[in-house]
Amino acid sequence: MRAAADFSTEQGAEGAVTLVLSGPLIVSALGAIDHRLRALEGPIAAINLSQVSRIDTVGAWTAWSLSQRFSAPITGASPEAERLIGAIRAVDDNTAPVEHPRLPMLLRVPDHVGQVVSGLGRGMLLVLGFLGQIVLASGVLLRHPSRFRLRALIHQMELMGVNALAIIGLMSFLVGIVIAQQGAVQLRQFGAEIYTVNLVGRLSLRELGILMTAIMVAGRSGSAFAAQLGTMKLTEEIDAMRTIGVSPIEALVIPRLLATMLMMPLLGTYSAVIGIVGGAALSALTLGIPFFTFLARIQEVVPVHDVWVGLIKGPVFGLIVATSGCYQGLQVKSDAEEVGTRTTAAVVMAIFMVIVLDAFFAVFFSEVGWG
Amino acid sequence: MNESDGLLTACAVPPPPGSEADLFPIRVRGLRNVFGEHVIHDNLDLDVRRGEILGVVGGSGTGKSVLMRSIIGLQIPEAGEIEVLGSPITDARDDDDIDIRCRWGILFQGGALFSTLTVAENVEVPLREFYPEITDELRHEIARYKVLLSGLPAEATSKYPSELSGGMKKRAGLARALALDPELLFLDEPTAGLDPIGAAGFDQLIRSLQQTLGLTVFLITHDLDTLYEICDRVAVIADKRVIAVGTIPELIATDHPWIKSYFNGPRGRAAMAANERNEAHEFAAGAANERSGALGTSGDQA
Repeated sequence: MRAAADFSTEQGAEGAVTLVLSGPLIVSALGAIDHRLRALEGPIAAINLSQVSRIDTVGAWTAWSLSQRFSAPITGASPEAERLIGAIRAVDDNTAPVEHPRLPMLLRVPDHVGQVVSGLGRGMLLVLGFLGQIVLASGVLLRHPSRFRLRALIHQMELMGVNALAIIGLMSFLVGIVIAQQGAVQLRQFGAEIYTVNLVGRLSLRELGILMTAIMVAGRSGSAFAAQLGTMKLTEEIDAMRTIGVSPIEALVIPRLLATMLMMPLLGTYSAVIGIVGGAALSALTLGIPFFTFLARIQEVVPVHDVWVGLIKGPVFGLIVATSGCYQGLQVKSDAEEVGTRTTAAVVMAIFMVIVLDAFFAVFFSEVGWG
Repeated sequence: MNESDGLLTACAVPPPPGSEADLFPIRVRGLRNVFGEHVIHDNLDLDVRRGEILGVVGGSGTGKSVLMRSIIGLQIPEAGEIEVLGSPITDARDDDDIDIRCRWGILFQGGALFSTLTVAENVEVPLREFYPEITDELRHEIARYKVLLSGLPAEATSKYPSELSGGMKKRAGLARALALDPELLFLDEPTAGLDPIGAAGFDQLIRSLQQTLGLTVFLITHDLDTLYEICDRVAVIADKRVIAVGTIPELIATDHPWIKSYFNGPRGRAAMAANERNEAHEFAAGAANERSGALGTSGDQA
């Protein structure tokens, strides 16, 4: 059986105390006795290592730091222990351990708040600058249309648009069902179940289709943009692009931005249509309104400007989602963790801005008579 | 052996002295690695002796890194047996089965430091993982002297990897690899991307650490100077297996075309010439030391 690391103190003839370390002085054994060694009080005249069975650098460090603390010489060290302690002695410069600079608790909170506030202000300026860069790059592309990356645009349209059809369709269908069902329950109290058609049709085309799509695209594609560009920034791909003379805004940001702005109205309308189909399906099953009657009634009760409202909001929401994704991605500087925080920030910023703008649009359109 | 005292449970027991596993910490038999259609290794055998620095060379794409990844259990080979420190790696079902991980240290090519932790915290990760009973003070001290041992200044301990140069990252990676005082050290191209002075310094650092700590080192390199300076033996990978293992003069004596062109190419000859100059210099210095030593003793006697 292997003995555990241990130590004892021996009183010498003239009252000098010798600290005797014994057993294996290795990393796996020292954890058990370290706190007792630290609690040890001097004076100690010598540190004896003759009982030590095995030693590694952690043991050597322990012996060396004890001998420094009590200014006691090390005795009885094996050649191996001598060698390891020599290596430690050679590198230890006796400087105090480097403490992580940290403010006291009372100052840390206002410091953090200040940093967040100034960061918000700086962030707004940076977003404005980023939008300016996009406008400039678009101007360049308008003057040199041959530099436009059509393939990248089509690829992005497929990734963020076509590939999202299934999930957006499913989501919209279910939301359509829920609205029809909940609406019917309330409207039944007035015997106005037929107004379920108005509710589903107008809500889907005007608000929910595009809003749900924007949220889904922010989660699906805005996050992907941030993570892609952030990782490219970390692996210096974006720097490499710059040195070759390819503008990252032209090559990466504009195709994503344009693809999102083009696909958003399409996806929004698609979502609204599927939502109406969902509502119609539920009405056919539970309200006794035949499926095609429901659809025909939609044409009568939904004003055409509701379609326009949805179509106008689409590109604006797309711009917000793509800009926040690309902007946050390009802000990544240091490490993998930042890619994560920036991706989160991109999605949160996009959804927040979309909802704020949606409220503005609601007020605006009712003021201009499209209520 | 009874380990019920709970102090050594986190780690496998070292093999008895003189056993096969003690003499050859790494044994690879009949290793076969295949990626899709592409056969990387076929029937590869390799023994690494205790206490040596084994250099592994081979052309690009011959699977040096794949060999290392197989040995440390990151790549599951299609066939073959690998034994590290007496414990079979190829039989391990999952990562937890490899219980010798506290007895090896690995330096990846780019350092592979955890980017969200400081250098000191990086070194503390394996300590925290394997020996949670170690007090915070001792762990901080260990991390600090490991960083110093690997040739970084004390200020570097509180820096993040993104604030370090390539050479400093490698040194920090080495400090983490040495965190648990391993017996085995794996180095993947330690001097790649370093300037010649930094590379020579790193070679010396590895050599002196190997001698002081009694390490067995498995070293993948393209650097001929490293081979000449610090490797005890060199293993050459070609034709999907290890075609030769030996000291550099032994390898040059073989007539394999790849080995010949490797060591007799312009770079190989330059490295050899540099090594001969160094050795002549060391010999002269050693002789001078001996003379002064002799004078010293005769003075004592007088």
